[in-house]
Amino acid sequence: MNFSEILHVAWEGITANKIRSLLTMLGIIIGVAAVIVMIAISAGTEATIAEQINSLGANLIIVTPKRGTPGASRTLLYDDAEAIAEEVHGITGVASEQTTTTLIVKSTDTALEMTATGTTADFPEVRDVPVGDGRFFTQQELDRTAKVAVLGYGIAIDLFGDADSSGADPIGQTVTIGATKFTVVGVMAEKGLVADVDYDGRIYIPITVVFQKFLPSQMAADRVRTIYAQAESQETMESAILQIESLLARRHDVELDSPDFVVQTQQDIISAQEATTAAFRSLLAWVAGVSLIVGGIGIMNIMLVSVTERTREIGIRQSVGATPNDIRWQFLTEALMLSLVGGLIGVVAGVGGSWIFGASGDMRTVIVPTSIVLAFGSAAIVGVFFGYFPANKAAQLDPIDALRHE
Amino acid sequence: MNQQPIIQTADLRKIYGMGDIAVAALDGVSVRIDPGEFVSIMGPSGSGKSTLMNILGCLDRPTEGQYILAGEDVSNLDKEQLAAIRNRKLGFIFQSYNLLSRTTALKNVMLPLLYDQDNHRSNEEREEMARAALASVGLADRVNHQPNELSGGQKQRVAIARALINNPALLLADEPTGNLDSKSSYEIMDLLHDLHDRGNTIVMVTHEPDIAKHTQRVICVRDGQVESDGRDGANNCAQPGAGD
Ligand SMILES: Nc1ncnc2c1ncn2[C@@H]1O[C@H](COP(=O)(O)OP(=O)(O)OP(=O)(O)O)[C@@H](O)[C@H]1O
Ligand SMILES: [Mg+2]
Repeated sequence: MNFSEILHVAWEGITANKIRSLLTMLGIIIGVAAVIVMIAISAGTEATIAEQINSLGANLIIVTPKRGTPGASRTLLYDDAEAIAEEVHGITGVASEQTTTTLIVKSTDTALEMTATGTTADFPEVRDVPVGDGRFFTQQELDRTAKVAVLGYGIAIDLFGDADSSGADPIGQTVTIGATKFTVVGVMAEKGLVADVDYDGRIYIPITVVFQKFLPSQMAADRVRTIYAQAESQETMESAILQIESLLARRHDVELDSPDFVVQTQQDIISAQEATTAAFRSLLAWVAGVSLIVGGIGIMNIMLVSVTERTREIGIRQSVGATPNDIRWQFLTEALMLSLVGGLIGVVAGVGGSWIFGASGDMRTVIVPTSIVLAFGSAAIVGVFFGYFPANKAAQLDPIDALRHE
Repeated sequence: MNQQPIIQTADLRKIYGMGDIAVAALDGVSVRIDPGEFVSIMGPSGSGKSTLMNILGCLDRPTEGQYILAGEDVSNLDKEQLAAIRNRKLGFIFQSYNLLSRTTALKNVMLPLLYDQDNHRSNEEREEMARAALASVGLADRVNHQPNELSGGQKQRVAIARALINNPALLLADEPTGNLDSKSSYEIMDLLHDLHDRGNTIVMVTHEPDIAKHTQRVICVRDGQVESDGRDGANNCAQPGAGD
């Protein structure tokens, strides 16, 4: 038999029992659709995370001390940030950050226990966290350790009430952080929770003030936790990173291949975030994979029933010259066809389902083309795998026994 | 006659079961059938006629003995090779027709062509051949009927057309009229005689002496052995009551 004849015979076998064929395919349909929908949902979640992280400043380079570097004599210092700003080409701004210990923050009628974030004047620009009301502090204020503070959107409400309704305008008011009084000069625009950081729950003060007042005495006085540098463009990123690395290696007197600092981009952080969702995704993949296998067992079951039911047909075909191979191919093709047609319907259902999920719910979905290939390919493999045993059983029937079958 | 026989068997044995319950359905059958013969096989029920036919038809293999079909020793061929022999050299007609249900007469007749590994014919060619075969058995107007839309005699004609389509060297018929009334039986027999006249070699199992006596040669089987082998209408089978 040639290929088109095999296909034709298999197709007739399937269409001879349409309802049963459809029910048999259901397992594969659900399995394939599940793979596509689940991957679309997790890809959607990842895309959202990636966007949020990217929203924290475009072309951002993040420098942090490397934890546990043996014999690292120095960590990241404020001077390092200034050196980067002065010497590295292709960057538009540098901001450094250091957090205070937990302190009491008070307005006239509210007290909160929290940390304050010390940073530099470029912060709103570099991190893409704009000021909503008033202004951020300036380089001059930084240089003269001015006691000024900028409140996160949520903290402003916590301390002074909702400015839109009954609350007072926080700008110009005084907050007490620890034992020091600060003048509020600005309130940040609303930003929300991004990558587990509540940007609305922060208070920003000049980093120089943190060095002066709020660091434990055993710490180097101008130690920073993070330096952010913004590259001019995507193209200058790589060169900027190389410059920063060699500059810091030189300043810290370490070898480039064993630095005491880490230079990252948002992409690195996104990848790290994705690693945490990978476990979840692999669980989904398992669930979907299991349903595909269940679908395959369904196909095997029906094919076995079909081989038994059609034993006489097999005998007739053998009596006029069908070889074991002809019979094997006939049933294998039938199984494969069931799984491929089921796979095709599953792809349509999966893509449609992902689209409906994305369009109607608050769940974001991104249809991943490789998931379609993966799901469809798995369906085909399942078809061959679970179709082989029944097909082989059919092929091994003795013509005379098959013909005698009632 | 010095021509090569179509069938030449030597001491065919077929044992069913093992040990104490072993049954010798065939117990040393040696027959020779030449091209152009029309042979009836008779014998009581359970004597081994169908067993012999199935072996001659390459549907089954003997436990022992040799079977040479048209010059080719087929006793030790594997399943694939036997399938090819059935396809090219043999046409089998069964008592119960053995047509594919829910499949038209045309497609049933085309079936052997589908499994012909030597000749790859187009679908049109195969259809044409099947139509011709159906016409030759008088069913030109029934090509698109399915078996459940045909009478018993018509079904057997479809089966005969299917057996003929590959131009086999040998036609084997195991009680071809066993399920038919006498009118249809005679029609089928007329058709078989017609085919014989056109040069076909036919071996047929039958229970009816009436039908057997019109064939040139009657082989009588009893207890798995050839009891008698009479030519030219002679019928020395122990009758009647041997059949069912
Ligand atoms: N598959 C089998 N397993 C065991 N015994 C079998 C099998 N097939 C046939 N036999 C036995 O072999 C013997 C011959 O059977 P066979 O079918 O050849 O008889 P038959 O001459 O065709 O009879 P009938 O005229 O009734 O069709 C019988 O005794 C039968 O019981
Ligand atoms: Mg019989």
